[in-house]
Amino acid sequence: MTRAKFKLQGFSQLKEGTLDRDFQKVTIDEKQYNVNQLKFDNPITGTLYGTLLNYKGEYEQLKPEMNDKPYQNPPKAPILYIKPVNTFSAHSNPIPLPNGEEQVQIGAALGLVMGQTVTKVKAEEVYNYIKGYTVVNDVSLPITSYYRPAIKQKARDGFCPIGPWIVNQDEIHDPHNLSIKVSVNGEVKQENYTGNLIRSIPELVSEVTGFMTLYEGDVLLVGVPENQPLAKEGDQVSIEIEQVGRLNNRVIHEDDVFVSEVAVDEAR
Amino acid sequence: MKQGRVLYESTLHHVTETDGKVKLKDGRLVEEHEVEWLPPVEAETIFTLGLNYADHAKELSFTSPLPEPLVFLKGKNTIIGHRGTTVRPEDVEFMHYECELAVVIGKSGKNVNREDALDYVKGYTIANDYAFRDYLENYFRPNLRVKNRDGCTPIGPWFVAKEDIEDPMNLQLRTFVNGEKTQEGSTKDMILGIPELIEYLSSFMTLNEGDMILTGTPKGSVDTKVGDEVMTEVEGVGRLTNTIVSE
Repeated sequence: MTRAKFKLQGFSQLKEGTLDRDFQKVTIDEKQYNVNQLKFDNPITGTLYGTLLNYKGEYEQLKPEMNDKPYQNPPKAPILYIKPVNTFSAHSNPIPLPNGEEQVQIGAALGLVMGQTVTKVKAEEVYNYIKGYTVVNDVSLPITSYYRPAIKQKARDGFCPIGPWIVNQDEIHDPHNLSIKVSVNGEVKQENYTGNLIRSIPELVSEVTGFMTLYEGDVLLVGVPENQPLAKEGDQVSIEIEQVGRLNNRVIHEDDVFVSEVAVDEAR
Repeated sequence: MKQGRVLYESTLHHVTETDGKVKLKDGRLVEEHEVEWLPPVEAETIFTLGLNYADHAKELSFTSPLPEPLVFLKGKNTIIGHRGTTVRPEDVEFMHYECELAVVIGKSGKNVNREDALDYVKGYTIANDYAFRDYLENYFRPNLRVKNRDGCTPIGPWFVAKEDIEDPMNLQLRTFVNGEKTQEGSTKDMILGIPELIEYLSSFMTLNEGDMILTGTPKGSVDTKVGDEVMTEVEGVGRLTNTIVSE
């Protein structure tokens, strides 16, 4: 059993509990539930930062262009972006497909949830500041250039499902050996693993906090692997990160997201 | 009415300006330098416009019109108050201020038309959005290492209600470094004005009450050194002071 923190819809506090290895059963306050019985809310409260180009394969794909315009040089420091609060969403919530768009890009990311406010931390002390891990779907409209901040592609309402829960930091013995699997309508579309990071978790957090503070509750995504799958209206998307969780969401037209109870129930 | 948040005698006070003095919540009047200034608003999502004044875009050698507005976001770690200090890292050769009118959103909205946009504005403050150009890279430019450093965006001293600003699109902006004027412009020269910015942003995402939009800076960005006192001024909104310090 894995110790984790759960934020349930309609309850203000995070609950401590456990979950089983295949994410089917959850125990909270000594009582066991099937995952399908529970309605999970977004478990995070702070600012969510994403990291670009931190998977080797993603980096290799862009590498031939890195010395040309507009990039001109390979990146030196970690390249980050912010997912603002209007994007935050939860397990089983619909992903809104904007009017006029055919599909969205799925960004499977391991999220580091900070347990203490931290500035300029040494790599060897990084894990002391991480409270746990969660699964994040960094949804985006397809991006053709990384030159300018991709606000219009990445900052749309509901474009960042998070959860279903936060697994305690000390439950994951090697966070650089976790498989990542994205399925669309039950078919596996992407597989990767966290061993392919360019900057390891300690290196990344140390470099990032060298120029900006991460506060308690903030989340830093370690990166999104290459060949991101696309999903269209009606598609059921599932991101599974080994030992951390499985995050399910269905793509629904944006005009229907507030009234899509039937579709959401099916997705659960 | 000008409103602020200050610490005085170890207590948080929501204050107003009266006759050039700071009026505490219990009615006492104190001088501006006797209080510790906090940011006047605690913004949730902070938007910033790059290259939103034609003259500044030219100064940075961008000559063609932009295909899309250049918008980036800031974390809360960047925001500090009036009379604060901002660090100039030792390895930086070009660190410049940016005097900007900051718009505070007053109610949530999506798909807002420019004709209605000012109904969604609560008021204004001043922002000085420092940039550390040595750290510029051409990935999600301006990257967060340039624009999201701790304490790199002083705001304040005051929040000014919308009703007190007759025309936000016709305000003088000035910056003084150690008392010498180094930057001057007018909000009338914005490429996208406040109504257009609200229309643009809300066309693809919900703007929430308390969000803040930093509307960009005109030309006149010069390097600043450790010890410099930088005063950014927006007509009718106030004067925001910041001092550059070393690590």
